[in-house]
Amino acid sequence: MAKTETKPIDKLTYEQAYAELEAVVSALETGEQSLDEAMALFERGQGLTRHCAELLDKAELKIRKLSGESLEPFEAKE
Amino acid sequence: MEQLALFDASPRWTVTTLTRHLRQLLESDAGLQAVWVQGEISNLARPASGHIYFTLKDSGASLRCVMWRSEAARLSLTLQDGLAVDVHGSIGLYEAGGQYQLYADSLRPLGEGALYQEFLRLKAALEAEGLFDAVRKRSIPEFPRRIGMVTSPTGAALWDMLNTLGRRLPLAEVILAPTPVQGDEAPAGIVAALRALNRIATPDVILLARGGGSIEDLWAFNDEKVVRAIIESVAPVITGVGHETDFTLADFAADLRAPTPTAAAERSTPRTVLDMKASLAEISGVLFSRMATLLQQQRESAAWLDDRLRLYSPVHRLQTERQRLDEISRRWNAAQVHGLQFAVEKFRGLENHLQALNPLAVLKRGYAVITKNEKVVTSTSQIRIDDALHVRIQDGEFNARVTGNG
Repeated sequence: MAKTETKPIDKLTYEQAYAELEAVVSALETGEQSLDEAMALFERGQGLTRHCAELLDKAELKIRKLSGESLEPFEAKE
Repeated sequence: MEQLALFDASPRWTVTTLTRHLRQLLESDAGLQAVWVQGEISNLARPASGHIYFTLKDSGASLRCVMWRSEAARLSLTLQDGLAVDVHGSIGLYEAGGQYQLYADSLRPLGEGALYQEFLRLKAALEAEGLFDAVRKRSIPEFPRRIGMVTSPTGAALWDMLNTLGRRLPLAEVILAPTPVQGDEAPAGIVAALRALNRIATPDVILLARGGGSIEDLWAFNDEKVVRAIIESVAPVITGVGHETDFTLADFAADLRAPTPTAAAERSTPRTVLDMKASLAEISGVLFSRMATLLQQQRESAAWLDDRLRLYSPVHRLQTERQRLDEISRRWNAAQVHGLQFAVEKFRGLENHLQALNPLAVLKRGYAVITKNEKVVTSTSQIRIDDALHVRIQDGEFNARVTGNG
């Protein structure tokens, strides 16, 4: 975690956010930061956790269909 | 000696024991327990019980057949007298009727036998080419972001899969490549759908599926072109064709074969949203406990620093000075008190001394003070005979008169 991640959390996909969360946790496990740096990492981690949870809660299956060479919306009605 | 046969020691049969013996002979012959028999249906009967009775005939012989209600219910074919069929089942013996018969479990039009031969031939050829080899199988991604779906846009299979995916992994995106899945256009449609999906949508995994149907309904999935399109697919393919018991060549070619469309959707999403929530809760717990540990460590080392800091801090000096001041002040106070006592004692000494000088004290020792006309007599020259004198002694005073010289 030498570099500081500055990408806004709400722009991250689930995989990106989760991967960064894992990186944050393992960085904290080395315990090589100052207290301020550790606090900043922790807060970033909390933000990432919230973002991931929100993505999981709000997710709704997106459906499109192939039409010729392009993708178009698919009306999901049974 | 002919009569001796009456006394033959070998066991005597009853009709029942003999019939049972014959039945056991038939049923213990493994070759008779799974047979395909070709013939023409006659004497078809479907009583209210739901079981089907008929006779299978050809030019030389006839065979009684029974199909129980449970198997009859799965029959996709409409039976009628005169229909040429292949019947599958086991040979048994109906003891009460004394009749051996075929207990049929499935039945197909005669033409399908040839179809099946073609299936076996093609399967063997493709197998020999190595197309079904386990080493060719690609692994299914654990977390597919985009799931391709090759199926009919109007079939129940589509909704089964969409519902399953929506429940298990709503983070995913589905790209449907609609195609007919039965009939003459089906093989070409499936091939085109697989190719277009890979080229345009680049999905992480493809579900190739169709609901249950007769063997002809599923026949497109035994087409060689379909098999080759599955092999050529860039994304791994999961098949879910028909029911549990249906195996098509597409299933053999697929990277993973699922028994039904729903099962295919399940297998394409090994990690569900519930699993992900569980991992998230877990890693969030690790994050908190890690931070708590760090804070605790910081607190401990801060406490240690604080101890050392206190040792050198002005506060400490101040306390030391204050203590010293206290000491001085205590000693000073002590000195003050001591001085006072000294003074008191000195005063007492002086008092005693003064007391000693008090003339009245002298009187206590028996001396007297004599005055004449208010003046103390200290010399005989001051008095004459008959002078009136005033005498004061320790406990009082009196008047006296001089009577003569002493």
